[in-house]
Amino acid sequence: MRYIANTGADRRAMLTAIGLSSLEELFHDIPQEVKDRFQPLELPTRSEMEVARVLKELSTLNSCQQSSISFLGGGVYDHYIPSVVSHITSRSEFYTAYTPYQPELSQGTLTTMFEFQTLICELTGMEVANASIYDGASALAEGVLMAKRIVGKGRVAAAQSLFPHYRRVLDTYCWAAGIKVIEIPYTNAGACDLTALPQDLSSLVVQIPNAFGVIEELKGVKERLADALLIVVTNPISLGILAPPGQFGADIVIGEGQPLGIPASFGGPFLGLFATRERYLRQMPGRLTAQTVDTEGKIGYTMAIQTREQHIRRERATSNICTNSQLCALAATVYLASLGADGLHELATLNLEKAHYLAQRITALPGYRLAFEAPFFNEFAVRVPTDPQAIRARLKEERILLDDPRFLSALGAPNTLRFAVTEKRTKDELDRLVELLEVI
Amino acid sequence: MNTIFDHKLAKGVGGLLPALDVPEQGIEKLIPSSLRRTHAPRIPNLSEPELVRHYTQLSKVNYGIDDGFYPLGSCTMKYNPKINEDLARLPGFANAHPLADEDLIQGSLKLLYEASRYLCGIAGLAEVTLQPAAGAHGELCGMFLVKRYFEERGEEKRKRILLPDSAHGTNPSSATTAGFSATEIPSGKDGMINLATLEEALDDTVAAIMLTVPNTLGIFEERILEVTEMVHAAGGLCYFDGANLNAFLGRARPGDMGADIFHFNLHKTLSTPHGGGGPGSGPVAVAQSLVDFLPVPRIVKDENRYRLDWNSPHSIGCIHSFYGNFGVILKAYAYLLLLGDTGLREVSENAVLNANYLQESLKQTYPLPYERLCKHEFVLSGKGLGEGISALDIAKRLIDYGFHPPTIYFPLIVPEALMIEPTECEGKETLDRFIEAMERIAAEAKENPRLLHEAPQYAPVRRLDQTRAARQPILTYPFDER
Repeated sequence: MRYIANTGADRRAMLTAIGLSSLEELFHDIPQEVKDRFQPLELPTRSEMEVARVLKELSTLNSCQQSSISFLGGGVYDHYIPSVVSHITSRSEFYTAYTPYQPELSQGTLTTMFEFQTLICELTGMEVANASIYDGASALAEGVLMAKRIVGKGRVAAAQSLFPHYRRVLDTYCWAAGIKVIEIPYTNAGACDLTALPQDLSSLVVQIPNAFGVIEELKGVKERLADALLIVVTNPISLGILAPPGQFGADIVIGEGQPLGIPASFGGPFLGLFATRERYLRQMPGRLTAQTVDTEGKIGYTMAIQTREQHIRRERATSNICTNSQLCALAATVYLASLGADGLHELATLNLEKAHYLAQRITALPGYRLAFEAPFFNEFAVRVPTDPQAIRARLKEERILLDDPRFLSALGAPNTLRFAVTEKRTKDELDRLVELLEVI
Repeated sequence: MNTIFDHKLAKGVGGLLPALDVPEQGIEKLIPSSLRRTHAPRIPNLSEPELVRHYTQLSKVNYGIDDGFYPLGSCTMKYNPKINEDLARLPGFANAHPLADEDLIQGSLKLLYEASRYLCGIAGLAEVTLQPAAGAHGELCGMFLVKRYFEERGEEKRKRILLPDSAHGTNPSSATTAGFSATEIPSGKDGMINLATLEEALDDTVAAIMLTVPNTLGIFEERILEVTEMVHAAGGLCYFDGANLNAFLGRARPGDMGADIFHFNLHKTLSTPHGGGGPGSGPVAVAQSLVDFLPVPRIVKDENRYRLDWNSPHSIGCIHSFYGNFGVILKAYAYLLLLGDTGLREVSENAVLNANYLQESLKQTYPLPYERLCKHEFVLSGKGLGEGISALDIAKRLIDYGFHPPTIYFPLIVPEALMIEPTECEGKETLDRFIEAMERIAAEAKENPRLLHEAPQYAPVRRLDQTRAARQPILTYPFDER
């Protein structure tokens, strides 16, 4: 086989050295009964060329991906990924390495982890960030579990305006951990209604921008929480313009890092962002890297505070997480470094301006209005005059893709369509969408 | 090591993004000042060549499987076929949005569906979920399934998970994260589960046993059928950690050993790269009795159409934003197609042969606490090799010989453990070089122990101060001290 170096002669020599006469004897410790029950997959061996053909054909069954104009969003955005990102993540010294348990051979991974942690703190306005968690939704669940460990109360309040996929994962983790999830409705302005906030909470979870695209005011929220922690779900690109949640006293900031140079890839692998306050460091889940020195005083990096983690603390670990999303964190690091602070601001501005241009043009059409009169970033919800499914189906015929309005009606916003606009959408594409809406 | 933050925060270089092509309104008009950022994040603005050189240099102080032998026990550091990287980047796959209509993503759905069929076949179990994003995530999903199973049966008193003392740390941690308590059972003198000890631990408060097969000593539990029968007879479930699947790929199936739940590590067994610590993928296969509890949505096939099925009233719900790490599953799928049944058999054959050859060759020089036929890995002890010599010293000295060290200090039941897993990819030539290095290190330990204590000498950095990193952790770039 192509990926095996031993020859037949090697195998014979090795068997002799071990004192066995056949390869089959290597498996004599597996009960015969188990071996007798074995059934193969009935799968032939294929050449590289044949496998490439099979996969290419499968990829073409994903129709529309090439020629369509996407306004899909809902937490996964169609941003431009600079070439440099995949060129760096394709360096096999990075992608074929394991977790950096041996720091002297892993300075590349560890240094980029340290850069990543710094970048996430810079974006979120927080003091410490881990080196990533699986995805945004699991990062939120880990955040809620962490708040429970710190505050000790078995209730979390979650804004109704979370993306549904965050809420679903949160519900599963909370069911298992015996945490009650209390839903907080939203106001007419699409913001979390804090007038009747329940007591005895470990945390409150709000998302900014939320599932309707609304940017909520965080000022004063933390002050209303007594000892409960404030957990903010964020979109990292929006933080090129928006005030960081840390500025408003957030205790934990989490997010989906996909917009930072990671392809949509049908929902994964993604990148869970997780940042918090230094005082909660020892309750934090996930890997961390720290700067230190070697025996000659030279600066280097190593994993740190591992006594929180499962391989040391076992059943008393802060989280069971081991593998994270390191290569995606590297992509995000290179992505942000390729933009720089100025480029990130410019990118966020392009998203903001284009989304507002489209929103203004759509809401100038008779019967169309914003679902919520509130500030938004690159995604917004529009109340439409006719059946939103019919509008969406008509646009799809023209290869223009919108999110399914079922997601929003399930959140209590019927007859509403959501549009996500990134820097990739051109004025012509936006105008084309409006022209079509005009005649529907 | 330099970081990007050591570069000057110069003015932006631009050129990456297009000019605004709609009438500009201005941020000030669109976002109220109370919501706007007042200070820019401190991200340097580098030119592309500066950026590429920075990361290329960092890549050169990293060691991957493409650089050389990486016998990290329990991690199955096998070669990652290059074609898989290209296939994951095919635009049709890479650009597929998870919320797109099903008719637009039939290729992705079909791939996931077929991958799950193959994984069921390898596990010898009824159904699989692809959602877990890593092995530990799979364990957690499995523990959630155990919890729901007993909830539905009205047996909530089953709160304990049994684990051998050789278990990976993620096992007890996953059990407690799911609301169970972990009960450790000591391994017998032969490194396997002692049936009498197991019998004593079993009662009607036990929900499940978590086993790794072969176990972390690399030993196949010869009485596996008795173990699983006993647990089942006591009303419990059998969870198998699939970290060591490489040992019997293509010749035995966990379902045939009595497993009710089995998690894969696609980034180990099925060759998808580890990415420096992730992303992984940890699909969970289950027996028929647990199918109803699997996460939603499930990927189903109606005639020639694939769709997401959300209708599963007993499901534990979702554990991932979408459908799992598609890009990773794709690489595992391609690997399965490349290998076929014959290739899968060759994997376990060569992995086990390589491990036994190394074990046989090294046991003359290093203590082998559990001496018997091993599977894909084995555990030596670094104890008694020389005055004050630790497993860490041996590991660091191996770096000077150009090898990545094995896993050290695990499993916990072996003092100064050196856990060695060569995988099927390495040839005898490489193994012989490794044996020679290990023998020379053993000699150095007696003749010139300083070489070990002061290792590594030939790495990008010398031994790093871990204590300092733990006591005064510097976790972000110290801008203020610049």
